[in-house]
Amino acid sequence: MCLAIPGQVVAIVDEQNRLARVDVAGVRRNVSVGLLDADGGATPGDWVLIHVGFAISRIDEEEARATLGLLEQMGTEYEQELAELKGSVIE
Amino acid sequence: MRYVDEFRDAGLARALASRIASLVEPGRRRKLMEVCGGHTHTIYRYAIDELLPAEIELVHGPGCPVCVIPMGRVDDAIAIAGRDGVTLACFGDMMRVPGSAGSLQEASAAGADVRVVYSPLDALRIAREEPGREVVFFAIGFETTAPSTALTLRRARAEGVANFSCFCNHVLIEPPLRALLDSPDLDLDGLIGPGHVATIIGSDAFGFVAAEYGRPLVVSGFEPLDLLRSIEMAMLQIAEGRCAVENQYGRVVAGPGNAAALAVIDEVFAPRPTFEWRGLGFIDSSALGLADDYADLDAERRFPLAGARVADPRECQCGEVLTGAIKPWECRVFGTACTPEHAIGTCMVSPEGACAAYYNYGRHTRQREAVG
Ligand code: SF4
Repeated sequence: MCLAIPGQVVAIVDEQNRLARVDVAGVRRNVSVGLLDADGGATPGDWVLIHVGFAISRIDEEEARATLGLLEQMGTEYEQELAELKGSVIE
Repeated sequence: MRYVDEFRDAGLARALASRIASLVEPGRRRKLMEVCGGHTHTIYRYAIDELLPAEIELVHGPGCPVCVIPMGRVDDAIAIAGRDGVTLACFGDMMRVPGSAGSLQEASAAGADVRVVYSPLDALRIAREEPGREVVFFAIGFETTAPSTALTLRRARAEGVANFSCFCNHVLIEPPLRALLDSPDLDLDGLIGPGHVATIIGSDAFGFVAAEYGRPLVVSGFEPLDLLRSIEMAMLQIAEGRCAVENQYGRVVAGPGNAAALAVIDEVFAPRPTFEWRGLGFIDSSALGLADDYADLDAERRFPLAGARVADPRECQCGEVLTGAIKPWECRVFGTACTPEHAIGTCMVSPEGACAAYYNYGRHTRQREAVG
């Protein structure tokens, strides 16, 4: 749970509950973008840093790719995090 | 330079390493603490310590949220999970953390309903789907994680999910750092600040480290190059006799932090008068409980809990590891009685823990320290 993983916002799926569909290394899940509200929110195409199902910061694409590269090299821990993300159903 | 070729830019890594080497005074030891367990992990994964001159020693700090949960709180979580009709939802990292009579994993094997969730919002969904069960979210984490729990509780309140509650163990970064910096035998020349915590609280929030304790602090990103650059920035301050809070991770972290996150933390939580940290003892105002406004969602008020203080196992030296007083291999049970498979202490359970990082990356021996 200590990792923060970059994902790209695909769509806002629940305006009222501030939920967005994100693509994280090919896995598409819903996360909350409510913590970005004071920072202009999130729109499709934005890259965000995701921690326990919440976008905690907007990042640029270069940062996102570099971070993903780093995570991939971590091996099991990253795979574990992705496996937990795959099991997540936020609605 | 074992891993330097795996760096995104090996040439830059070498250049940073030689700049850092030029900043040390020969024979003069400098001790830097990386506060965050994520940094510890990167340092050992990439053998960054081996890129540094012998004069620089990196010690590990108290910034792994799994590592600092005391035994008594794990026991309470197990007691909650063992109640009839109750489901305990927790992060996977908590499953193997030892309590005084076993872990959540063992409780689950013995029949308790413990479910691993990715997000507190998954715990809330379980509560919605299974209205006949009491669903308790076992919340842990520093300021990085606290706003996520807070937003989840705000939503539970708005939707009136009556069978959902939170066993809150969120902790704050400033009080343990102050406790560390207040220690009379403090031997620390600078700090590498936690990047993700700073995303929420802002790099400005670490101002006290420089202003009150006269130590440089550099908020750092998580790539090996980030850490090298942050170490260089800290060493440059030391060489120039300056001390300030600097932000190496400016591409993600802003000075004032995340306003929405700070606001929801304020709304949902209230500081506890005191809280016990594994290995560090009680630290005043170091943790968050639910605010009175959210009392109805507080598992501690919903269920009677022992709340007992359980002493750490006698052979455990996690406290000394968490304050940088000893290196993991100096613990008397490291790699023998305490391994990731059979952990005595939390620093070996969490992959972010210093002991696990040492162990997993083959630092079983004193070799490096002996030559350093
Ligand atoms: S080796 Fe085990 S008991 Fe010793 S400090 Fe590390 S985690 Fe704690």
